[in-house]
Amino acid sequence: MLQGINLACIRGDRELFKDINFSLEAGSLLQVRGPNGSGKTSLLRMLCGLSNPAAGEILWRGTSIRSLSGDYFAAVTYIGHLSGTKDDLTVIENLRISSALAGSEISMSQASDALKHMGLRGREALPVKVLSQGQRRRVALARLLVCSTTLWILDEPLVALDVMAVKLIQKLLEQHLQRGGVIVMTTHQEIEVTATSIMQLHLA
Amino acid sequence: MFMWIIKRDLLLAMRRQSDVLTTLFFFIIVVSLFPLSVGPEMNMLRTMAPGVVWVAALLASMLSLGRMFSNDYVDGTLEQMLLSPQSLSLLVLGKAFAHWLVTGVPLVLMAPVLGIQYDLPTDALLVLTAALLLGTPVLSLIGAIGAALTLGLRGGGVLVSLLVLPLYIPVLIFGAGAVEANMAGVAFDAHLSLIGAFLLVSIVFAPWAAALSLRVSLE
Repeated sequence: MLQGINLACIRGDRELFKDINFSLEAGSLLQVRGPNGSGKTSLLRMLCGLSNPAAGEILWRGTSIRSLSGDYFAAVTYIGHLSGTKDDLTVIENLRISSALAGSEISMSQASDALKHMGLRGREALPVKVLSQGQRRRVALARLLVCSTTLWILDEPLVALDVMAVKLIQKLLEQHLQRGGVIVMTTHQEIEVTATSIMQLHLA
Repeated sequence: MFMWIIKRDLLLAMRRQSDVLTTLFFFIIVVSLFPLSVGPEMNMLRTMAPGVVWVAALLASMLSLGRMFSNDYVDGTLEQMLLSPQSLSLLVLGKAFAHWLVTGVPLVLMAPVLGIQYDLPTDALLVLTAALLLGTPVLSLIGAIGAALTLGLRGGGVLVSLLVLPLYIPVLIFGAGAVEANMAGVAFDAHLSLIGAFLLVSIVFAPWAAALSLRVSLE
């Protein structure tokens, strides 16, 4: 479904990586690994369509993502380093607004169910600025529960999460793969996800 | 989606009312400084009133431009908006509209009150308000392009004024011109029609240009 062909990334006059090739089928997970500064985030941003590769091409179901644009964005959920939550909005407002802007409006009860599942029960009406780092991460990740996208691109999703939350997310990833979804993620932790196909990509 | 972005930005403005109030009070103070410094020379005040009010409106609207995208840029919500399957131009239009509701509309409402300080006759006050009502959305729309271009740059605040102020000049000329024409007893509807035309053109082109700039700025 998702295919990268000879991808290269140049930042300033430094070449971060080149000749990256991979091909992901439905139900597969790609874990991008590499030391700090090796271009993991740059690769993920490229796969989202936020930046263009210096060389090579990214194909989604056989078509270049550049020509798909809107249709491609409808199939992707990206959770990056930045939480993508507004400090001044409450937890539930954040979830509902970010889902609506991502193209799938959700009801109040759907949103509070998702937050409950993420262990944020009773905190729905708090502004995000009073939450801890791990709780903010949970708010951001709650989007995975309410989105209906096929491709998840996750940049260090497990950072700042406690053991319980890590288990929860791993289960979420597993379910997504079983449904035939595709996941591309970076993480320094070992992930315990059972899936038919788990690939690793090492950036030098 | 259009409604959601407006709702969101208005909600954020409600939670941070100080941002909105500083812009409004800046406008009030700048406009009030002139009568205080020039003295009670009625004829002179009447002549300079349209120009002063418009320049103050331009500066006040500029003051809040930096916030249009930069807060969303810092917390990553802008990144998410760029990944929205809906049109980014529409989203920018929504943001510019919300910006106008929060910064432009209070100026329009305040202008007739401030105009009294300049001894403007009632019909001139009405023309001034009408011109501002048509012109301030243009300021938010053109400003969105500047804000998008300077996103994430150091010293972006100064740069945005250098980029955007020259583009504001036509609105300034015809906005102030409408009031002057009215006071001189000539027809002013041509001026208002021209500002209306600027508004229509900027509704079509500014969101598109700002959306392109955002994509470049975030790459």
